[in-house]
Amino acid sequence: MKIKGQRVALDDLDWRILRLLQENAKLTYTEIGSKLDVAHSTVYDRIQLMEEHGVIKKYKVVVDLEKAGVQQIMALMTIHTDPKESEHIASRLAEFSEVLEVSSSFSEELVINAKVVAQDQAKLHSFIAQSIAPLPGVLRIRTSIITKKYKEEASQPFL
Amino acid sequence: MAVSSSRILRSVLREEAFYFFTSIGNYTGQSAASLDEFLQRIKEVNIKSLEFHLYREDFEKWIDQTLGDAKLAEDIKGLRNMKVVGNALRDRLYFLVSRRLKDLKSSVETSK
Repeated sequence: MKIKGQRVALDDLDWRILRLLQENAKLTYTEIGSKLDVAHSTVYDRIQLMEEHGVIKKYKVVVDLEKAGVQQIMALMTIHTDPKESEHIASRLAEFSEVLEVSSSFSEELVINAKVVAQDQAKLHSFIAQSIAPLPGVLRIRTSIITKKYKEEASQPFL
Repeated sequence: MAVSSSRILRSVLREEAFYFFTSIGNYTGQSAASLDEFLQRIKEVNIKSLEFHLYREDFEKWIDQTLGDAKLAEDIKGLRNMKVVGNALRDRLYFLVSRRLKDLKSSVETSK
């Protein structure tokens, strides 16, 4: 890894370490070194540097809530907005703990997309009716409840 | 204690308004912040929205708990029990709300 002012440039070894950590953040330095055929001290140094410079932001646990016995539903909302208010609406959405992701996209018109979680359909509806629909600039909302997941990546792959 | 007619006829805050949905999470973009606006929306909204809210008891709850009109809420409950759907529902609901609005407005006028 090279550091030029505020910018960092990762080399091939850094990327390979990150790929392994994305798959399993519990791997030890020795295990990573063994897989990549480098010394564990090299792995340690690289990871330390990436942590210090914010390339590695944090390590977290991905919980399968269904297996943990937690009842919840997830839904995808498409929110059509007054273009003048869309930034403000997206910021407000991001503040709710029920909202897991917020993004904007453009096809025929600019819309805000949000992934929402709730205990059940009644609570999902109450949240949307009481917290989202009243936001100034919300023109209409389409919501699809997720019935089955075929793939879910916990982190974004390096393409 | 009976709620005064003028209080029932007031406009409520944006957060307390009625928001029309056609199903769970699907907001039509139409809302009503007073009984007057509510009557207008009955004419305009998708019939699916009227059916969705009537059978979830949303109209009764909003009219009773937010506007404070127990009488109209009771009338709408009666309509729900009749299991009316489609345009017949729109017509019946419009009739009930417009009749009640007329009475409330006339009560406000006579008390002046």
